Amino acid sequence: MQTNILEYLEQTVPRLPDKVAFSDGTDHMTFAELSESARSIGSYLLEHGHGRGCVAVLMDKHPTQLATFFGVLYAGGFYVAPDAAMPPKRLQMILDTVQPRMVICDKKNMALASSLGLDVALYDDICCYPINDALIACAREVHVDTDPAYVVFTSGSTGVPKGVAACHRSVIDYTETLCEAIGFDEHTVFGNQTPLYFDAPLKEIMPTIKYGATAYLIPKQLFMFPVKLCDYLNEHKINTVCWVVSALTMISSLGVLEKNPPKYLETVCFGSEVFPKKQYDLWRAALPDARFFNLYGPTEATGMSCYWPATRELAEDEPIPVGRPFRNTRILLINEQGKRAEQGEVGEIYISGTCVTLGYYNNPEKTAEAFLQNPLQSAYPETVYRTGDLGRYNDYGELVFVSRKDSQIKHMGHRIELGEIEAAAATVDGVGRVCCVYLAEQKKIVMYFVGEIETAALTKELRLLLPRYMLPNVTHKLDTMPLTVNGKLDRRLLLEQATQNDK
Amino acid sequence: MEQLIELLEELHPEIDYETEEGLVDNGILDSLDIVTLITDINDAFDVSIPAEEILPENFNSARALWELIERLDTV
Repeated sequence: MQTNILEYLEQTVPRLPDKVAFSDGTDHMTFAELSESARSIGSYLLEHGHGRGCVAVLMDKHPTQLATFFGVLYAGGFYVAPDAAMPPKRLQMILDTVQPRMVICDKKNMALASSLGLDVALYDDICCYPINDALIACAREVHVDTDPAYVVFTSGSTGVPKGVAACHRSVIDYTETLCEAIGFDEHTVFGNQTPLYFDAPLKEIMPTIKYGATAYLIPKQLFMFPVKLCDYLNEHKINTVCWVVSALTMISSLGVLEKNPPKYLETVCFGSEVFPKKQYDLWRAALPDARFFNLYGPTEATGMSCYWPATRELAEDEPIPVGRPFRNTRILLINEQGKRAEQGEVGEIYISGTCVTLGYYNNPEKTAEAFLQNPLQSAYPETVYRTGDLGRYNDYGELVFVSRKDSQIKHMGHRIELGEIEAAAATVDGVGRVCCVYLAEQKKIVMYFVGEIETAALTKELRLLLPRYMLPNVTHKLDTMPLTVNGKLDRRLLLEQATQNDK
Repeated sequence: MEQLIELLEELHPEIDYETEEGLVDNGILDSLDIVTLITDINDAFDVSIPAEEILPENFNSARALWELIERLDTV
């Protein structure tokens, strides 16, 4: 029985040592190189007493970043890879939560890594460290599959990001059932879009090491220039993409599918956001032989939980379903009475199974709020994850996403709590009350505030507090905040106002 | 040109568009900004930026963008 993610790599290396595992188009690593570097880093960590704990990885997206992740796993530890470009204050909050043993960085992030008051090692200095197979074997011997593999941070409504800790067993379960549902193999050539500091790239990383496939880590800047992006896909004969919807619509909405289609694509997985019907149709028409899948799932349930293969035509006004859970994952749809929702009734989506992660790292309060005893049975302990997503079953028995219960949004594929933006803005001097609303159709975060500070100055300050993708697209200063009769912020009025202003 | 700078200022009010030459290279514009800009420019100037003109060099400064608009306008 497989108990460690690394077994995928270990089975592939002897079979395909010289095949490229990961590449960014310029630099690449073969499976043998990946394994060597990972074991060197693992040996370094173990010999320096940093095994079996958290190691922070501050590197830009590159094949060596993946070698570092695997290196941390070889030492029996787990990695946290915060976005190195995020504001230092937020980075510090994340490091305070996980308290890593040390930081591994690349040259570019050396200055940042050195400013954190932690032990630092440069990747280039440790990637050829002498491999100590005996120590690695010892670390493996005491490993159990419920040990964490990584902590991924997600937006928190109170302003403090939450770190989702996932164990090896959950990742293995996800890998097996995802591969079974979508169907990857050795000939799969992935074009990765999502940053490596999320759990989303597990979709490419895990099948790549399981089957001996190849994954291209596409440089971020290409996602601004669709013609160049399609050139890149064609140059590397990329046949499989699992992208956020906004990356796909960037290509289709600008007419690139006709002029420069990604002609090798066979499998297109999308998710994290609602796919506008018109753009979805453009993609399907441009790639009639490709297979399309909608994926759905929260980080708290390891990667994705549900999938819908686009094998039937949708009615004009029918939303793209999120479909059925992967094997070994159970969806519970619970109504307001705490009972199973009836056919067609809207309920909250709960997720159960091995995919449910360990919880929020160093945060028992938030963990207790979302990782709960199954409300449908009390006879034995069974932790389920409460998503906060509302859904219903359609006539085909497929799950359909309806809306969020709270003010969490999906913006450019990123999961954001509007509360985190409001909390950050409220810490700026001269800012009074703040309210953010989201225009889903226009994909804009609109922020309203009252205070002495000017709009441009506040925008500048926010850049020091929030990652780029959380920055409001439009900011308005108000004389007074509109309140409801109960004295609460009138979000609905502001949302109407923002919608009007955008027209 | 003034109208273009107004559009840009809506996206990033803190930038000095008269002098900034690295809107793309310095990571000021992201992919959403590019999509928004293209739509806004197409509407405001009654042009249609074709996909093959969506290149870093055309979006790096307000001046480069303005030259692109003028070029498209005369076609």
